Amino acid sequence: MTVNGGEIGAEVPDRTLLVDFLRDVAGLTAANIGCDTSSCGACTVLLDGQSVKSCTLLAAQADGRQVVTLEGLANGADDLHPVQRAFRAEHGLQCGFCTPGMVMAAVSLLAENPTPTEEEVRTALEGNLCRCTGYHNIVRAVLAAARDGAADASGGGLDAAAELATNERRSA
Amino acid sequence: MSILGTRVVRTEDPRLLTAGGTYVDDLRVPELATAARVTFVRSPIAHAMITGIDVSAAREAEGVVAVLTVRDMDDLPPPPPDDGGGGGGEGAPLPLGGPWAEPLLAMDRVRFVGEPVAVVITDDRYQGEDAAELVSVDYEPLRAVVGIDDALASELPLFAGTESCVAVTIGEADDGTGFEGCDVVVERTIENQRLAPVPMEGRAVAASWADGKLTVWVSTQNAQIARFILAGALGLDPGMIRVVAPDVGGGFGAKIGIERDGLIVAWAAKHTGRSLRWAETRSENMIGMTHGRAQRHAIKIGGSRDGHIQAYRLDIVQDTGAYPRLGGFLPFLTSLMAVGPYAIPQVQTAYRVVVTNTTPINAYRGAGRPEATAAIERAVDLFAAGIGMDPAEVRRINLVPKDKFPYTSPCGATYDTGDYVAALDKVLAGAGYSGLRAEQARRRERGDVLQLGIGLASYVEITAADAAGGETARLVVNGDGTATVYTGSSAHGQGHHTAWAMLVESELGIPMAKVTVIHGDTDLIPAGVGTYASRSLQLGGTAVQKAAIDVKDQARRVAADLMEASEADLELDTERGVWQVRGDPATSQTWADVAAHAGSGGLEASANFTEGQPTFPFGTHLAVAEVDTETGKARLIRHVTVDDAGTVVSPLLAEGQRHGGIAQGVAQALLEEMVYDADGNPVTGTLVDYAIITAAELPSFELLTSETPTTINPLGVKGIGEAGTIGATPAAQNAVINAVSHLGVSHIDMPLTPARVWSAISAAQGNGVGQ
Amino acid sequence: MIPAPFTYQRAGSVDEALGLAADGGEDAKFLAGGHSLLPLMKLRLAVPETLIDIARLRELRYVRDDDGHIAVGALSTHNDLATSSLLARELPLLAHAAGRVGDPQVRHCGTIGGSLAHADSAADLPAVVLALDGVLVARGPSGSREIEAGAFFRGLFESALEPGELLTEIRISKPPTPARWSFQKFTKRAIDWAIVGVAVQGGNVALVNMGQTPIRAGTVEQALAGGAGPREAASHAAEGASPPEDLNADRGYREHLARVLVARALEESAARA
Repeated sequence: MTVNGGEIGAEVPDRTLLVDFLRDVAGLTAANIGCDTSSCGACTVLLDGQSVKSCTLLAAQADGRQVVTLEGLANGADDLHPVQRAFRAEHGLQCGFCTPGMVMAAVSLLAENPTPTEEEVRTALEGNLCRCTGYHNIVRAVLAAARDGAADASGGGLDAAAELATNERRSA
Repeated sequence: MSILGTRVVRTEDPRLLTAGGTYVDDLRVPELATAARVTFVRSPIAHAMITGIDVSAAREAEGVVAVLTVRDMDDLPPPPPDDGGGGGGEGAPLPLGGPWAEPLLAMDRVRFVGEPVAVVITDDRYQGEDAAELVSVDYEPLRAVVGIDDALASELPLFAGTESCVAVTIGEADDGTGFEGCDVVVERTIENQRLAPVPMEGRAVAASWADGKLTVWVSTQNAQIARFILAGALGLDPGMIRVVAPDVGGGFGAKIGIERDGLIVAWAAKHTGRSLRWAETRSENMIGMTHGRAQRHAIKIGGSRDGHIQAYRLDIVQDTGAYPRLGGFLPFLTSLMAVGPYAIPQVQTAYRVVVTNTTPINAYRGAGRPEATAAIERAVDLFAAGIGMDPAEVRRINLVPKDKFPYTSPCGATYDTGDYVAALDKVLAGAGYSGLRAEQARRRERGDVLQLGIGLASYVEITAADAAGGETARLVVNGDGTATVYTGSSAHGQGHHTAWAMLVESELGIPMAKVTVIHGDTDLIPAGVGTYASRSLQLGGTAVQKAAIDVKDQARRVAADLMEASEADLELDTERGVWQVRGDPATSQTWADVAAHAGSGGLEASANFTEGQPTFPFGTHLAVAEVDTETGKARLIRHVTVDDAGTVVSPLLAEGQRHGGIAQGVAQALLEEMVYDADGNPVTGTLVDYAIITAAELPSFELLTSETPTTINPLGVKGIGEAGTIGATPAAQNAVINAVSHLGVSHIDMPLTPARVWSAISAAQGNGVGQ
Repeated sequence: MIPAPFTYQRAGSVDEALGLAADGGEDAKFLAGGHSLLPLMKLRLAVPETLIDIARLRELRYVRDDDGHIAVGALSTHNDLATSSLLARELPLLAHAAGRVGDPQVRHCGTIGGSLAHADSAADLPAVVLALDGVLVARGPSGSREIEAGAFFRGLFESALEPGELLTEIRISKPPTPARWSFQKFTKRAIDWAIVGVAVQGGNVALVNMGQTPIRAGTVEQALAGGAGPREAASHAAEGASPPEDLNADRGYREHLARVLVARALEESAARA
């Protein structure tokens, strides 16, 4: 398979999970294993451009396909992907364990929906668990990354007040 | 302009965002190049005698290096003598020991599902799972004690040499004192449910025994404490042990030091002479990592109709799980903070700790204080309902006034500084409280399906409870003018490297980019306490500042000599990071110049800040919940807070801690519960069933600023790490209950799942369905 | 966490897949997106000896207007269906429901065929296909056959597929009023399986997680056909159902939810049309 633009091949037991292939064979340890029920998303990578949970794929299923991990996202230490830049600027990470998966999920989201609303971002990240940040800054980071070319997103109290008004109309 | 208080982005991030962190399972160090893998065989049954273990089939499996049971543990020191109740007494954060002692690998008995019975060591991880299935253990089931009722009623003790399942009893029974003359007295028994900490990285340990030295890499919050525990458990001199904490993927109190399973891995490495690594699966983590909370509260609150609370009583039963690993420490803290931020004249507390056949309980974000706040905040709302007064008003009337500080509560804690009423008022204003109540009234009038609830929680909490233990820092200015800080604190997401670099830049003018912070390696930092109890900035940060000031004093002497000027004529320009004759930039010398001139001694200082005391951050949370009264589903739509932890060194980091705390607090209120069936089998053993909160369930939070410095340390800072959790849980719980209180609901136990909320609505409406 | 050992095979054509399955017998399973099967295998709740990877059979991945009915290839991913403009126009119920299966990562991999063959009564698409009166096309060693959705779901995790049979296509007749649809998925968290779910298309009402299989709310449909309004018809929602009891809901709560959600679904679908 092609991982971060480079060809890599190996003979592995049939049951080898893609996440273990990436971590142990390709030596790319950014993708992490956080659960065993495909719930947490810490292992998220891109497969042919789409986010997937690499713990729920066999390495064999990725044979001949394109995989991109966090390590392959930047063009260099000084040329980070807008999502990476935004995560730093907005303090979208604390312990960093969920971050590789979260970043790749965000990259995939923005590829499919370049101008998401806050609600769309939150829903799109429902398969990526974080225990440290409370998601507040992660959402800000994704919206900031989207804004490089997108409309402004307002936040906090303004949105809440508008939403209350909407619900009032809906309930009436 | 000092850099302190400004929004500086983290120095930790570039590496984490490009290469990812290096957690224990990511380590690719030479010592572990040929490491074998450890897989645990764990008890599938909550309570049983072990009548036989057959490892013969497992030993023959592919890739198996060894299969070890307690029979192989012949090289450990004997357990400490029974001094009748554990090291520091029942209130100390230590295992009770004695008759309650916990073995490493199970001996003749298992006491909880997940208890380690054997370890299988294989060349690789995949083989380990296969081989572990081949270990055959014979169990003779015993009746399992599950839950507080069961433990209190149980006539048979679980531990030989003890009298019952009650391991600790503190305090007197309620004799009604203090409640005489109250217009209204409200009593209720409420639950603070068992939670699982679920850091995204589970427990992980790697160990290597070579040349008489044991190196242990642990996902830990305290490398030095881990070393101390390892030395005692394995009978080694601490000097023979090096503990390294690499990047740690969250801890939340559940990774303090090193615990049982990690000790087994370290022992196995020494026993086999083979380097080993272990990283638990999530399923193991759900039952093998200690759980949190699990207290039952009998609350009693009384006062007068004008809103003054006269008396409060809290009776606690703490389910401590299979082994009392923390003695009575958690309910001790709950009792200490029971009265919260209120000036209530009569307060009584009492607690009991019971053992059950479930996963042991230990610290989890807040460790005893969320429980205290959850209890009194429910009590205040119940009292408010009892006298028909707005719960905000009842709080305002009873909060300790700002001119009473330092304030010693009837529970024995001395709150350093605070302005509790200002925090309440700020949150009410920021949330638009009267507008929210008006909206609520409109919806109630219309009988809308979607009802609004507003929930408050005012809190005060204790941080650096163990301040007397101090925290260390060593600061070195290197020959090239860079600086290195060796800190006893041990970040696992908190961003200490950034904050400590800010402190150095602020004090010495050495730019953050030139400051390297090192933590978590006992070879480099032999003495330190580590990170828990929200102690790090106030103790570890102050130690860094002290060391920096010491270095500055040394540097002044050296600079004076270098520049042939008197010390009094010199100034340190922290903007430019240079020493100069006052007012004469042309004379400036860099830190590199000064360090070079300092000679072989260099510029270096160590500090151990032991003069601290516990500090008391405070605040108010306001949660707005929308409840679908036809289904019971609650949605948090706003969460507004003041969390005042004194001076804010890094607004970015402080906000992040508040956000994370709020999310965990709300999750307890609405979603999470670690559930066991009557036989002690965990029902919520995976992340499918244990409902960790996701981004989709939360709004963005509204954080208001408030800084009331403490007088206790020179930085004026208190701890922020746990405050968000403490305030958020009762605010969210109160909000959802408030949303349906007009339907006759007065209380709903956590988590307020749709089923529970609907059940409460049904019962209140007299449908007869539910409780 | 790690599946028990097995042999991986990859099929280059449907015929090859069928041949490999015939060779593999009872202990061989097809692997499409793997997002129903692999999680079970990782917990060792399923231990097939052979996995036949069919995910690359491009000929089974399509959404077509076959004049009068929509033909969906069994290996279409949930994301394919959620983003299909054809489905958005002709079968918005299916497009919408596919867009709510799991999370984005799951939807990039999981397939409709895999989900239907897995026959989990708590999954969304089985009920949706039931509400749409879908016809499932299966190919086996002895040829193709069509199975009506009502006969396809036999029990919990039990479908009408014979060993060695492969789902190839789902055929759904175009509803007369595509816009008269609603999908109510009631969960604790957005990511969760439905505690109860309702799929409505016109006068068809199917329920998620109200039994061992997805079921049609027959009494509700009769009431509607007899002219009853949404709330009145919905009051029959739980009749004939045997809802499971679990951590999230007891029987009474599920029955109550079914009534509430069917009412809302009927109101919403009527409002759309």
